Amino acid sequence: MALESTLAGLFPNGTAHYLLGGLLIGLGTVFVYALTAIPVGASTFLESTLSYVSDRQRFAKYRASRDWRVVFSVGIVLGAAAYAFTLGEGPWTTDVQPWRLALGGVLVGAGTRLGKGCTSGHGVCGVGSRSRTSILNVATFLAVAIGTAQLVAAVGVTP
Amino acid sequence: MSADDGGHPLFLPAVFVGGLVFGVGLAVSEMARPEVVLDFLQFEDFGLLLVMGGAATVSGIAFAVAERAGGTAPLTERAYARRLKSFDSNVLVGGVVFGAGWGLSGICPGAAYASLGVGNLPILWAVGGMFAGAYLQGWLRETVGARSGAGAGAEA
Repeated sequence: MALESTLAGLFPNGTAHYLLGGLLIGLGTVFVYALTAIPVGASTFLESTLSYVSDRQRFAKYRASRDWRVVFSVGIVLGAAAYAFTLGEGPWTTDVQPWRLALGGVLVGAGTRLGKGCTSGHGVCGVGSRSRTSILNVATFLAVAIGTAQLVAAVGVTP
Repeated sequence: MSADDGGHPLFLPAVFVGGLVFGVGLAVSEMARPEVVLDFLQFEDFGLLLVMGGAATVSGIAFAVAERAGGTAPLTERAYARRLKSFDSNVLVGGVVFGAGWGLSGICPGAAYASLGVGNLPILWAVGGMFAGAYLQGWLRETVGARSGAGAGAEA
């Protein structure tokens, strides 16, 4: 009874879909890794795709991987679509304001590339590899994100 | 075609199937919803920990098994190894910048692509911002970084 109410407090929307989703994210990563030995991440796609349109040296080093990174990202889009339009609850849109998405996006794009990875590269593959670099990066972005979100909410920005 | 795939005909299909499963996972776990991520960051629902922890556990077991077994991957001839990146100040500075953006928007790269798949068109603001931010850091590192001698060649 006490455990039940604690769980309900921590996970008011249940735990099953989080666990199942996390398992599938892990399995998608492992599927690619088992066949290619590549620990795949989502944010390198940003720079590798820029190499199609920019001659900057910084992006040129991702030319060798840019094609498959497009394929992986298109897979993510279509996988999410396949679920949403069949077993899921159909399309939806976010209420978070465009300026938050755009400005946050700029910081996410810059920060993930500067920091060598994101929630998938560092958070899933790096932590799964028990990499000290990844664990330090994840601890940093988690702490800053929690502080930022709480601050934004505290000054009354919703949604 | 490129250095990474070695020309194996099943390389791109394999990457695509992995991406599909990854995308289904992001949709099922609701990480594609900025609101759910923001709820976690405000301590209203700790589900995100189950998602990231669950995914890291699954990949961690596979990486450990593959590394112990040794050998190379069938489609690339690459050796199985863990994902290890060199540590430098960029790892922390980047983490701070990413954290600020994630906390402001509730969206990260993979989740943003998945969000597009469920028809969440406003997420294009975030995707556009991510490309702009990725370009900005590339430009800054080449111009400012090259001039001060810092940053260049820092990545391993």
